[in-house]
Amino acid sequence: MKKTMYEKIWDSHLVHEPENGTPILYIDRHLMHEVTSPQAFEGLKIQQRPVRNKHSILATMDHCVPTVDRHLPIKDPIAAKQIQTMADNCEEHDLLIYDMDNANNGVIHIVVPEHGFIHPGMTAVCGDSHTATHGAFGALAFGIGTSEVEHVMATQTLQQKKSKTMLVSVEGKLSQFSTAKDIALAVIGKIGTAGGTGHVIEFAGSAIRDLTMEGRMTLCNMAIEGGARAGLIAPDQTTFDYIEGKEFAPKGDHWAAALAYWKSLPTDDGAKFDTIVELVAEDIAPQVTWGTSPEQVSPVTANVPSPTDFDDVIKSSACKGALSYMGITAGAPITDIKIDLVFVGSCTNGRIEDFRAIAEMTKGKKVSAAVQAIAVPGSYLVKEQAEKEGLDKILMDAGWEWREPGCSMCLAMNGDQLKEGQRSASTSNRNFEGRQGKGGRTHLVSPAMAAAAAIEGHFVDIRNWA
Amino acid sequence: MKAYKNHTSVAALMNRSNVDTDQIIPKQFLKKVERTGFGIHLFHDWRFLDDGSENPEFELNKPAFKGAKILVAGDNFGCGSSREHAPWAIEDFGFNTVISTSYADIFYSNCFKNGILPIRVSKDELAALMAEIEANEGVEFTVDLPAQTVTTPGGIVINIEVDPFRKQSLIEGADDISWTLKHEGKITEFEAKNKQQFPWLWTEAN
Repeated sequence: MKKTMYEKIWDSHLVHEPENGTPILYIDRHLMHEVTSPQAFEGLKIQQRPVRNKHSILATMDHCVPTVDRHLPIKDPIAAKQIQTMADNCEEHDLLIYDMDNANNGVIHIVVPEHGFIHPGMTAVCGDSHTATHGAFGALAFGIGTSEVEHVMATQTLQQKKSKTMLVSVEGKLSQFSTAKDIALAVIGKIGTAGGTGHVIEFAGSAIRDLTMEGRMTLCNMAIEGGARAGLIAPDQTTFDYIEGKEFAPKGDHWAAALAYWKSLPTDDGAKFDTIVELVAEDIAPQVTWGTSPEQVSPVTANVPSPTDFDDVIKSSACKGALSYMGITAGAPITDIKIDLVFVGSCTNGRIEDFRAIAEMTKGKKVSAAVQAIAVPGSYLVKEQAEKEGLDKILMDAGWEWREPGCSMCLAMNGDQLKEGQRSASTSNRNFEGRQGKGGRTHLVSPAMAAAAAIEGHFVDIRNWA
Repeated sequence: MKAYKNHTSVAALMNRSNVDTDQIIPKQFLKKVERTGFGIHLFHDWRFLDDGSENPEFELNKPAFKGAKILVAGDNFGCGSSREHAPWAIEDFGFNTVISTSYADIFYSNCFKNGILPIRVSKDELAALMAEIEANEGVEFTVDLPAQTVTTPGGIVINIEVDPFRKQSLIEGADDISWTLKHEGKITEFEAKNKQQFPWLWTEAN
């Protein structure tokens, strides 16, 4: 039988399929951060259950960590306790953790690939919806709740139902100003935030194969915003080159064996998907979200839509609510929207090439006096690399703030946040009401689009911008 | 986990689509290390005014909806973050049933781990249920999980589609981990085979 990559990974991890019950799926890698794990450790303790395979776990601290004055104690006592609890739990169970002071610290979905901890064909979970990121390696990676975090620690498995499969094919060549972020937003604009519900998406086509690993991670990261549990991209030479030599990569004879296995993973020709969506890369312009859901997105050349543009009653009323919350007017050009703050970072766009992109856009220019521009590297390794390339200097000379790594303003748990009514151009993944601070207004864009907005003080079509 | 019992309760109406987990429980309340006490923060940014008083405009603050156990909401409920704090807050507030046309996958699965029954209905069924609440705020619906029905005084009868295993777990208030560990032999067997086939997964970093 012809199989999709998802079906191959599923079959190779199926522990047991009981007649009366849910299939039990084996989990190879378990990623952790401070927010969604403490109650799981508490559950283990109450039941006196051990961690089944401590080597499957890699933990970090990212959501609550400050991006300034890192040497000082965390001011918020509840956040400080959560950070301490993570450290204590990892110590008690002898788990690998890149804590706040560790040179490898950073956002979980940035850090994990940096060390080669995820390989093609694996199953990986984390109490975090953006675990979908690791599908970029051809691994089945998805977010779980805290009860499931406990379940995986205790059993190294999950009770899982098999998902449906969706093929998102993007053929052609992206313009030099469009990125993986724009593909992600264009796909979500097309299928909607519930379009992928119940599905695992496989991204394929020449535009996907042309993406770097960083770009593939950005794209798979946002599969969850299209409602899909996971995104997948077939592993190829780009993938193998990225993993080879990293700390947790297979070595010596194991490398050859692993490579042979990984090459068997891509979807068989003729395998069937439940749903197929097709996009043409050349049609994907730089995207900007105008509303409070990632599906409320338009090309930068568009005008803000009107509720009357939508035939669907629910979409129309959602548009009306979003325009009111966002404080923008139907029919106004998106390029007229003025920005107060720019945030570049997060597990979506906090990798080295994202900072190269904003440095490239910024070089020789200044951040608008009306804008606060914040660059938050996804990890200390990203920060170090960027500094080695002099990107920090270019950015700071132009007026950017160059911060310590963390999730920061993507979800504003650590104190970095928008004030009521402030408007951001953000490279993160969610433009939900209040996501970046109560009353804050978020427009999701690519790093290059964010940088241009920082300089001009409003959105610009970077394809005609000098 | 608390066992799910049949009940007849007030159904509160929240006629909004794409209600995300950031709204259900805003991030400033995710810093606690406990599993309890999230109900007071449910829908915080919508529910309370800046001075901390209840926002009279917010639907769940209507007196008719006080004590509701059933939450009827628009499409794609619970999208966004995987935070289990969302169902913890919903359950702690007093709801044990949500009715919508669709749910985000992670939220849907999280509900069953916390004694909450998420019911999927068709667009037409949802519209009918919403209309009945709008016409008679404070109306009580009856949920019978073993029989898999929701019935209303207006005569609506909805058949609940639910996975038989999840249904049984809810009714028994069963612990998932105990169930899986009954199959521990299979897990050990799987691991032994896996070590032979993929030895590189089992070596520590060098």
